[in-house]
Amino acid sequence: MPLLDIQNLSVEFTTRAGTFRAVDGIDLAVDEGEVVGIVGESGSGKSVTSLAVMGLIPSPGRVVADRLSFAGRDLRALSASQRRKITGKDVAMVFQEPMTSLNPCFTVGFQIMETLKVHEGLSGKALKRRTIELLEQVGIPAPESRLSAFPHQLSGGMNQRVMIAIAIACNPRLLIADEPTTALDVTIQKQIIDLLIQLQKDRGMALILITHDMGVVAETAHRVVVMYAGQKVEERRAADLFARPQHPYTGALLDALPERALGKSRLPTIPGVVPGIGDRPHGCLFNPRCRFARTDCRDLRPPLFPDPEGQARCYYPLGGDMWGAPE
Amino acid sequence: MSEATTMTETAQAAADAPVVLEAIHLRKHYSVKRGMFKGHATVRALDGVSFQLQAGKTLAVVGESGCGKSTLARSVTMIEPPTSGQLLYDGRDVVGRSAADLKELRRTVQMVFQNPYGSLNPRKTVGAILAEPLVVNTDLPKTERRARALAMMAKVGLRADQIDRYPHMFSGGQRQRIAIARALMLNPRVVVADEPVSALDVSIQAQVLNLMMDLQEELKLAYLFISHDLSVVRHIADDVMVMYLGRPVEHGSKDVLFSRPRHPYTRILLAATPRVNPELRAERVVPKGELPSPLNPPPGCPFHRRCPHARENCAVDVPALREVDQRLVACHYAEEME
Repeated sequence: MPLLDIQNLSVEFTTRAGTFRAVDGIDLAVDEGEVVGIVGESGSGKSVTSLAVMGLIPSPGRVVADRLSFAGRDLRALSASQRRKITGKDVAMVFQEPMTSLNPCFTVGFQIMETLKVHEGLSGKALKRRTIELLEQVGIPAPESRLSAFPHQLSGGMNQRVMIAIAIACNPRLLIADEPTTALDVTIQKQIIDLLIQLQKDRGMALILITHDMGVVAETAHRVVVMYAGQKVEERRAADLFARPQHPYTGALLDALPERALGKSRLPTIPGVVPGIGDRPHGCLFNPRCRFARTDCRDLRPPLFPDPEGQARCYYPLGGDMWGAPE
Repeated sequence: MSEATTMTETAQAAADAPVVLEAIHLRKHYSVKRGMFKGHATVRALDGVSFQLQAGKTLAVVGESGCGKSTLARSVTMIEPPTSGQLLYDGRDVVGRSAADLKELRRTVQMVFQNPYGSLNPRKTVGAILAEPLVVNTDLPKTERRARALAMMAKVGLRADQIDRYPHMFSGGQRQRIAIARALMLNPRVVVADEPVSALDVSIQAQVLNLMMDLQEELKLAYLFISHDLSVVRHIADDVMVMYLGRPVEHGSKDVLFSRPRHPYTRILLAATPRVNPELRAERVVPKGELPSPLNPPPGCPFHRRCPHARENCAVDVPALREVDQRLVACHYAEEME
């Protein structure tokens, strides 16, 4: 049984312009110790999916699912206070902007201790010892002296380490990292990603890595989910996805990477933008931007079709091998 | 084979293209207060940077936050005068000029900022945003300003009917097109682009990069392209300058730097860039530590504390920038880095 089991999850926001489905019927299963990458452009519903798992969707957002269970417990059936016992303890999250997600008015020591006090009931010397131990684990030099530092006194990379220390304080079984390195330099990004993977391996923790950086996903994830306009459009093992993407959207995203365009002077682009609240197209959501769209793509919305290596939401998957394909 | 042709073409063009901008030993030092009873300290944000920028070429400046990239942009765009050194536009030095001269000179260099959500005035229409440089710098009548704004919108791929729209009605990629259009309104010869695509999604990033390359070809623009994304730099740049703590540590043509990096820092940056293609992934050199505080730079080579190849004299002697194997590099052991 998977650790996190989501079936047919939708998140709707009702606004004056009408009801908007930010997430539209997502299935997602994450096993213990697995690293799952979620990729897609801004507006594809990656972050909203993770917030729904954390129970952090604010009103007027509505979360509907056929199944939303963590470690065998139905998250929808729990009361708010029961759910808070899981959130932050067994399921923890690292957010994108360390500078804005830490409270500027409290020391980093206080913010780590808060988690430990609430969930583990630690106090006094044990609490302090555990906090220093956590700072050490995430690679912060001279941890004792950093306890009394405020977030503005630390660099972005150090603050992100503090965020990770808070997230792993209670030995979570699932860690969701939402663009954990987007605001950081490549060298620091490498350190943070290596740290997350190290922690994931040491603790057998499951990790959901949400990012728009294809390189990061390719190097770390076991399995990748590609999202577009709130839907899952493709899912398969990372190596297979990057070698043989089947959905035209995945293929186009990979083609647009400067890394793949060596020697070519212009990059292939995807025309247009992710459809927003009022302009969801008829048929396949990607058809207005798709090079391969045919008549039935414009009339019918494709379901997810299974294939030998995974699944893709497309009537005419790409087939073929990306690395071996002739130019 | 096609690569060989582009190489000769590049060499040909390099010989012909005039130098638009030359910086010689540019320094920018800031004096900062450290506290009520402590004395002042000097931050050497820019400590002896020299380069040449040719028309129609792109020089990429690469490095971590705090390495002086943005200070360089501010000096080159004449937002702040350098502490010492020379900055020559078409051979004319701008340091120490009168305000009237500077105003005229500033038209030759324009800037595109990182975040198109913050760099456009939300209360102005696209038409007003594009016409503003003309209002400030020229005596053109209103109808002419609007005509030029429309012409520029067509050039960057925006529709004429969008001229009366406000920035919030555009997507991130379109906003960056507006920002680029605004930078080009005064026909500059140099465009300083400070991380112009790092706030954008991959697909949009590709559109903006293509647009920048098209415009460069058409208008023979010189780009000073500031970025920390090495795969973008590899795609767009002709020359690359890697900076560390206010100094260039390696500077040379893109092909030389990417195929045979000789400074340990360049090698670490290259290895740290995540790659999609497993065959392109470098051996995992995990960079140690963070950029040291520029208030208190380490003695000797500024990089020695993070350097995997550091030896005893690296902590004592400051390496000079010297030519090794077709590029400039500041490392005592550059010859040994194979």
